Amino acid sequence: MVLYAARRRRNAVAMGLSVAAAALGLGWLGLILGALLWEGVGALSPQVFTAMTPPPGATGGLLNAIVGSLMMTTLAVLAGMPLGILAGTYMAEYGRHAKLTVVVRFINDILLSAPSIVIGLFVYEIVVAPMGHFSGWAGAVALALIVVPVVVRTTEDMLLLVPNQLREAAAALGLPRSLVIRRIAYRAARAGIVTGVLLAVARIAGETAPLLFTALNNQFWSVDLNAPLASLPAVIFQFALSPYKDWQRLAWAGALLITLAVLGLSITARAFASAKVPK
Amino acid sequence: MMLATTQPMVIEGSRLSEKIAVRGLQFYYADTQALKDISLPLYERKVTAFIGPSGCGKSTLLRVLNRMYDLYPGQRAEGEVVLDGENILSPRQDLNRLRARVGMVFQKPTPFPMSIYDNVAFGIGLYERLAKSDLDGRVEDALRRAALWDEVKDKLRQSGLSLSGGQQQRLCIARTIAVRPVVILLDEPASALDPISTARIEELIDELKADYTIAIVTHNMQQAARTSDYTAFMYLGELVEFGETARIFTNPRQPRTQDYITGRFG
Repeated sequence: MVLYAARRRRNAVAMGLSVAAAALGLGWLGLILGALLWEGVGALSPQVFTAMTPPPGATGGLLNAIVGSLMMTTLAVLAGMPLGILAGTYMAEYGRHAKLTVVVRFINDILLSAPSIVIGLFVYEIVVAPMGHFSGWAGAVALALIVVPVVVRTTEDMLLLVPNQLREAAAALGLPRSLVIRRIAYRAARAGIVTGVLLAVARIAGETAPLLFTALNNQFWSVDLNAPLASLPAVIFQFALSPYKDWQRLAWAGALLITLAVLGLSITARAFASAKVPK
Repeated sequence: MMLATTQPMVIEGSRLSEKIAVRGLQFYYADTQALKDISLPLYERKVTAFIGPSGCGKSTLLRVLNRMYDLYPGQRAEGEVVLDGENILSPRQDLNRLRARVGMVFQKPTPFPMSIYDNVAFGIGLYERLAKSDLDGRVEDALRRAALWDEVKDKLRQSGLSLSGGQQQRLCIARTIAVRPVVILLDEPASALDPISTARIEELIDELKADYTIAIVTHNMQQAARTSDYTAFMYLGELVEFGETARIFTNPRQPRTQDYITGRFG
């Protein structure tokens, strides 16, 4: 009985510490989100979606930044997703026991956790410097480099979760390997792969560092990918650090927009991940 | 080692023909030899059961018959496996055509993540371009032969994964026979199923042997006795005894067979 009481006391202490740790973490998160909502919702107005980023003291919106972010994110996903899915497919399906897979997985994991500013500097060296100027293309390349490792990793993981028996069953019908992958393995892993792509989009939607060295920013309306291009994170970075109240308000609005977009993507990703095959 | 003759035998006045003849088969997982000099016939439109304790090589033998082992590097077979006069172990063998002719059903039901209809139509579409009505007919025919039609005819568009385990297994059998194989391999097809589903699968095997040559791997000796015409008893990668099921179970010639079927080991 003494032993049991001691065990109960230790359990209560450990439980209390765990709950406190969780509450501490969640508390900060709640405060951040609360401040963001408070300031952001107040700063939102139709003008945010219709006007360009203003000079200090004037009214304006974030339209050029929103469009710039959408353009670069779309390009980055269009470039990074096929590359990532194909590489992940090689690793999980064709090269499961190959040395190359081990090497690629190792490098991919490093890339996955590389600070994004390193990727920005790298793209500055190979794209911006030779071109002689910042550009939307360079921004898209930098974001694509962030997309690739995320998609490689999730594609490989999701394909590895597909039971081998399913592949054998498909092969037993006389399917060549390419069809086993395309018609069966992809179908079984589809929810997971889509989730990975959505999470990659969520990741790059808020990236600032790689864009500062590549797309820079643009005060004016521009959809020219050969010129510096505005983006939400870069505008937030610039405006939030400024002494001007109007700019700070727009930075809050932009931050709220990105957060809502990422939230929306995460919810979509979760819905996909938990979606079973349609009944 | 006492082995049954691989010459055609005369039984009940009808001449048996060998659909598949396995001759001097050796099988290796990397450096480990898993099958040692196996020779046996699979008679046309008969059920042959492979029995033996775990690790005896019975599933390995089954997976040689459609060269499923070829999916994995490091696994190789030597010797001859002749199907309709053609050595399927030949490097020139077209594996996809072979697997269309030698269908396989696995221990765990493996419906594809698609509708019941598509599960069956999928394999057909690989080899034939059929009009919708013809395809519908083929799907229905396969589901009827697999004794599943009455249970699924009103929900063909539902996911194959929504069926019960026993139904899923019959769906897999339907999917296999839909591509019109000549041989069907069953790898412990009922071991993951409840007794009622098992009984249905066994009835089905009995019906299917009118049209197909069947090989079944089973742990369940009653099942081997009930469903098969011939039984091969394997132990540690060797074929210990092959013969008519009735004879193997009542009057085994090898002491090891006797020990196994009476439950002394394994």
